[in-house]
Amino acid sequence: MSGSIFIDIAYFGAAVLFILGLKRMGSPVTARSGIVWAGVGMVIATLVTFFHAQIEGNYFLMILAIVSSGVIAWTSGKKVAMTDMPQMIALYNGMGGGAAAAIAAIELMKDVEHTGVAQALAVTGAIIGSIAFSGSLIAYAKLQGIMKKVYRFPMQQLVNLVLFAIIIVLAISLAVSDHPNGLALFLMFALALIFGILMTVPIGGADMPVIISLYNAFTGLAVGFEGFVLGNPAMMIAGIVVGSAGTLLTQLMAKAMNRPLTNVLFSGFGSGDDGVATEGPTGSMKSIDATDAAIQMAYAEKVIIIPGYGMAVAQAQHKIWELTELLEEKGVTVSFAIHPVAGRMPGHMNVLLAEAGVPYDKIYDLDEINNDFVNADVALVIGANDVVNPAAREDKSSPIYGMPILNADKAKNVIVIKRGQGAGFSGIENHLFFRDNTRMLYGDGQSVAGELIASVKTL
Amino acid sequence: MEGFVALYIFMLAGFTGYEVISKVPVILHTPMMSGSNFIHGIVLVGAMVALGQAEGFWQLLIGFVAVFLAAGNAVGGYVVTERMLEMFKSSKESK
Repeated sequence: MSGSIFIDIAYFGAAVLFILGLKRMGSPVTARSGIVWAGVGMVIATLVTFFHAQIEGNYFLMILAIVSSGVIAWTSGKKVAMTDMPQMIALYNGMGGGAAAAIAAIELMKDVEHTGVAQALAVTGAIIGSIAFSGSLIAYAKLQGIMKKVYRFPMQQLVNLVLFAIIIVLAISLAVSDHPNGLALFLMFALALIFGILMTVPIGGADMPVIISLYNAFTGLAVGFEGFVLGNPAMMIAGIVVGSAGTLLTQLMAKAMNRPLTNVLFSGFGSGDDGVATEGPTGSMKSIDATDAAIQMAYAEKVIIIPGYGMAVAQAQHKIWELTELLEEKGVTVSFAIHPVAGRMPGHMNVLLAEAGVPYDKIYDLDEINNDFVNADVALVIGANDVVNPAAREDKSSPIYGMPILNADKAKNVIVIKRGQGAGFSGIENHLFFRDNTRMLYGDGQSVAGELIASVKTL
Repeated sequence: MEGFVALYIFMLAGFTGYEVISKVPVILHTPMMSGSNFIHGIVLVGAMVALGQAEGFWQLLIGFVAVFLAAGNAVGGYVVTERMLEMFKSSKESK
């Protein structure tokens, strides 16, 4: 193992702290201490590793890499806006996957003979880690807006399949040979990286959270496998725990969107060019100005606010909370309805609203609030689209048919704050916008919210 | 390490991960994903050992990249998770 009983004890303690920390993160009451526990485990494990018997030198490079990368990650992590969190998670996750793949590369390049199992796991971890690395970077680029388009080409799935088969053949040849061939090794890494890219480019924005969660699980597995190769139980335990937790989380997310994971990966929904011809909604979009909207809300008894990714982009959460407080002073009951996949990740909206100071007891899940819409005078939709599209309930030919939605259309009045007339991430026309009880309030979320606040104040 | 002991570790760790996350409320899914993202930052210790044994230009370069990437995973993962969970505290206190 590590050559020192103290290091083994430290690794053991770190593994325990990781599991306890993750457990504590699962409840809002203990969540904050959870990350601290896990953090303590990480610091202990890192510090004792400097005294690891197998480390022969290169301390200078080691410290240089840790300090330079640590400083960059620390400052970028501190600076990034709350709305950009999902892509940062993708980026850091990709780095972990890349690290696991790099470890595999060194282990396979060394003149040391591994056992058959270790060799096989090193190769497997190398492939999974490489896919997680390049795939996460593409996900980052997409969410960051560096890569806006969804790329498709004919027979893409056949190409992917052939590519994957070649990777498997290379992997088997590497796993069984005592002295891996350098060219085959290089090819396998290159193809795995390309595969990660090809797997991610056709996936649209709406599905990104699921894919990031999947790559998170991938990285966990890769880390666990390389942990076996290095004989490091802390890596094995932490990696596999994350691998299985991440897999479950991915399934939960896919389920919340009511589509199996295979659909996310292979059907290319959320890109807008499925070419599904659905019957267009009848009626027309009717607009409203901020003053009228403000009057409607100020004299309502019950208002339900439905935030979506548009609110996050416009950074409107603080203004929305200010508006809520003003309305409550006027005796209006205001609650927030959050769809499981609103925003770019489950819980994304909750985090943003919490940042703005919205108390927990005003925020409701889909199941809790969906029957309440009939009693609501106004449903205010800000930056949400597909999650309030009644087509999911009514139009069998719609690609989102069957997805649970918030029944905003059942409210007496619906006000939709939206930047323009375009369709949502999925590219599907939203039938809600054409309803008789719906009014469109065009503009940037934050400035519209500001106008609403100003108007309510004058009433 | 003996293959079967490793298999037991993998099996138990797999069940642990599944159990730990199975009853988590939806609102904590993003912080949870971020937190587990931090935990696989433990790849840093492996990267350090790999770099510590590296010989020759290519191994040194790849080892350096490994440690660099792993440290970014660990540090960045911690910072964003901590910031996200910070908000859960402030919202509770203002309640």
